[in-house]
Amino acid sequence: MASAPGPDLPGDSSEDERPKWDNKLQYLLSCVGFAVGLGNIWRFPYLCQSHGGGAFLIPYLIALAFEGIPLFHIELAIGQRLRRGSVGVWKAISPYLGGVGLGCFTASFLISLYYNTVLTWVLWYLLNSFQHPLPWSTCPLNLNQTGFVEECQGSSSVSYFWYRQTLNITADIDYSGSIQWRLLVCLAACWAVLYLCVIRGIESTGKVIYFTALFPYLVLTIFLIRGLTLPGATEGLIYLFTPNMQTLQSPRVWLDAATQIFFSLSLAFGGHIALASYNPPRNDCEKDAVTIALINSMTSLYASIAVFSVLGFKAANDYGHCLDRNILSLTNEFDFPDQSISRDEYAAVLTHLNATQPERLAGLHLESCRLQDFLDKSASGTGLAFIVFTEAILHMPGAPAWAVLFFSMLFTLGLSSMFGNIEGVITPLLDMGVLPRWVPKEILTGTVCLLCFLVATCFTLQSGNYWLEVFDKYAASLNLIIFAFFEVIGVVYVYGMERFCDDIEWMTGRRPGLYWRVTWKVISPLLLLTIFVAYIIFLVWTTLSYKAWNPQYKQFPSRQEKSYPGWVQAICGLLSFLPALLVPGVAMAQLPIWRRRKQKNVQQNMRLKLQDSKVSDSEIR
Amino acid sequence: MLWLLFFLVTAIHAELCQPDAENAFKVRLSIRTALGDKAYAWDTNEEYLFKAMVAFSMRKVPNREKTEISHVLLCNITQRVSFWFVVTDPTKNYTLPADEIQSAIRMNRNRINSAFSLNDQTLEFLKIPSTLAPPTEPSVPIWIIIFGVVFCIVIVAITLLVLSGIRQRRRKNKEPSEVDDTEDKSENTITIENGIPCDPLDTKGWHINDTFMTEDERLTPL
Repeated sequence: MASAPGPDLPGDSSEDERPKWDNKLQYLLSCVGFAVGLGNIWRFPYLCQSHGGGAFLIPYLIALAFEGIPLFHIELAIGQRLRRGSVGVWKAISPYLGGVGLGCFTASFLISLYYNTVLTWVLWYLLNSFQHPLPWSTCPLNLNQTGFVEECQGSSSVSYFWYRQTLNITADIDYSGSIQWRLLVCLAACWAVLYLCVIRGIESTGKVIYFTALFPYLVLTIFLIRGLTLPGATEGLIYLFTPNMQTLQSPRVWLDAATQIFFSLSLAFGGHIALASYNPPRNDCEKDAVTIALINSMTSLYASIAVFSVLGFKAANDYGHCLDRNILSLTNEFDFPDQSISRDEYAAVLTHLNATQPERLAGLHLESCRLQDFLDKSASGTGLAFIVFTEAILHMPGAPAWAVLFFSMLFTLGLSSMFGNIEGVITPLLDMGVLPRWVPKEILTGTVCLLCFLVATCFTLQSGNYWLEVFDKYAASLNLIIFAFFEVIGVVYVYGMERFCDDIEWMTGRRPGLYWRVTWKVISPLLLLTIFVAYIIFLVWTTLSYKAWNPQYKQFPSRQEKSYPGWVQAICGLLSFLPALLVPGVAMAQLPIWRRRKQKNVQQNMRLKLQDSKVSDSEIR
Repeated sequence: MLWLLFFLVTAIHAELCQPDAENAFKVRLSIRTALGDKAYAWDTNEEYLFKAMVAFSMRKVPNREKTEISHVLLCNITQRVSFWFVVTDPTKNYTLPADEIQSAIRMNRNRINSAFSLNDQTLEFLKIPSTLAPPTEPSVPIWIIIFGVVFCIVIVAITLLVLSGIRQRRRKNKEPSEVDDTEDKSENTITIENGIPCDPLDTKGWHINDTFMTEDERLTPL
């Protein structure tokens, strides 16, 4: 017979019961929601600005074309073809590669733990945004009500609200402190919301994703329009996008671009494989891959424009306040009439005073106000969202509304990413048949959510933020690069490039072109290897240290740099390498099984031969 | 003679009220910052009002009910608008102690502020810290209220989904068992013809007739 309808699929009868997406849009939105996450808002703009503005787009686009899109296509195609989660897919390709799937599963589990804790903080801020004035706008009063609390006075009301009233952070990772009940309660709510959305797998997430994937775009547009109309926005945007080609000479920039694409698309988590496994077999995964990757990058750019117009406004505001403080000092010291010096006249007055009364002027200790310094004070990660941006919002008219919009956008962004993470955990469990078939899916998802919630309570300790940074830096990065490398090698060399191209031709109707073949066979594995080596070098070079918030520090409010104690360093090492060790571990565990199977085959063959010879003997007789 | 006395009195006054003198306080007003275009000019009438307010504050202190406006002395008035003031005793020989004045001003700070349409930041008494008003906190923090609402909705939704899932599963389990029941009933009524019980057509499930199956296999494929 001519070409059969697709190669044999393991366990065909159960495939009819496999859940399906209601329509293509749900699938696309789920992948977009998984890929577009908090990193698009608070990591890409920071990288763009610190690595030479517009020039950063060059390594970013190169990484997208040669690493991001090819790897993404592989994940979607293999998931759609083999219709399994990550564990099932790699077991099906080769029993020796089962460790890759198990590793992806472990990585997804670890990431789910701390990602939802970030959502807890976002939820806490969201709940606190429904009041005017916002709680982080003023410092609390001290005991005799004559001034503000010292810690708040020394830093700022926004930092105080984040470090003291939200985290209640200790000065050292060794001191765990007590569990913060407010955060614990918000953590429970976050896991409950997540459980509500994933309770029936993609049946339930498919309905919610319409809102959680599209709402952030609406809010980003609103912020973009508002941000561009604020004074100082143009300075922020010019600062962001002014290209500085010199930075491209540093290898750090290329490494950051490659890792940003990698984590931005959420590759090697196993989540995309899981989401694609619910697709109908004949679906154009090539178009999907390119579309989703481009949407992800466009969103990063869009978000950075919105973010930097607001940050430009904040810098201009701070610069104005700096000038005002200096003007006030001058008027108080030299008894000029109130409000007689405007911001424009300040420079002229200063030079005049410098010429006439330099000693009195020197005694004032005026701060130097430069707009560039304020624009340089950018931040990434939680620092951007909870300190810098919240302070910018304080100065916008109608601050509570903007705070509510911003934090609900962050919440829905994180929630849609969490769907992908949790699917990367639940789908392999369902495929492996961990629980018997009569147990309803609700119980499995409930158990997973409950287990994750209980483990994640350690992040609600007072030192929880330090632990989260440990997880963020070490649990994900190295392992995922290793898994991605084995993914490409496994599909291209173990599964077979020709077999894979046949599958794609059957699914999409077109054979993959030269670009795909070259990138899969040569460029992507080489790139991943280079990134892995560069990462190892970078890890070895830098000392394992963290920045602690210590009010007793001499240079408070700067954060104190401390090195991790020995036991924490051991945990960092475990997190970095244990999931990756599953790959050789499972491969080696397969060896005795393989040998036993080979022995069994040999014995069977011998038995059959004996039977045949007996039969032939009887026939002759 | 009178002129001499006048000069003497002003000289003594000048000694009592001086920048950094004992029991003297510096006051700084930022009228334009507070009122913008509606700012009033600082003239001798405003000074008179200020003296009156200080005297009023002192009169509320026990033992100082006899303080008059003339006991309050202002000096070193600048364009900033800032000046120094002291409060003298009825004999105008010495100034009243600083802590008395301080507590008096603190008690009546609101009245003094509102007399000039200013606030604590725009009418500054250097060295007299003002009592900051604590922010009004509702009895139940707002975030707990909203959290309670959201959490209740989520728990109710989860319960509804779980219950509907259980109901769906029960319905699925009932359907095949109902079909089985009807087939059992038909089996119970065994038709007997000619004394031989007849088996009705085997309608239980989709049984494949084995004989036909092997026939197909023997046929060579096209």
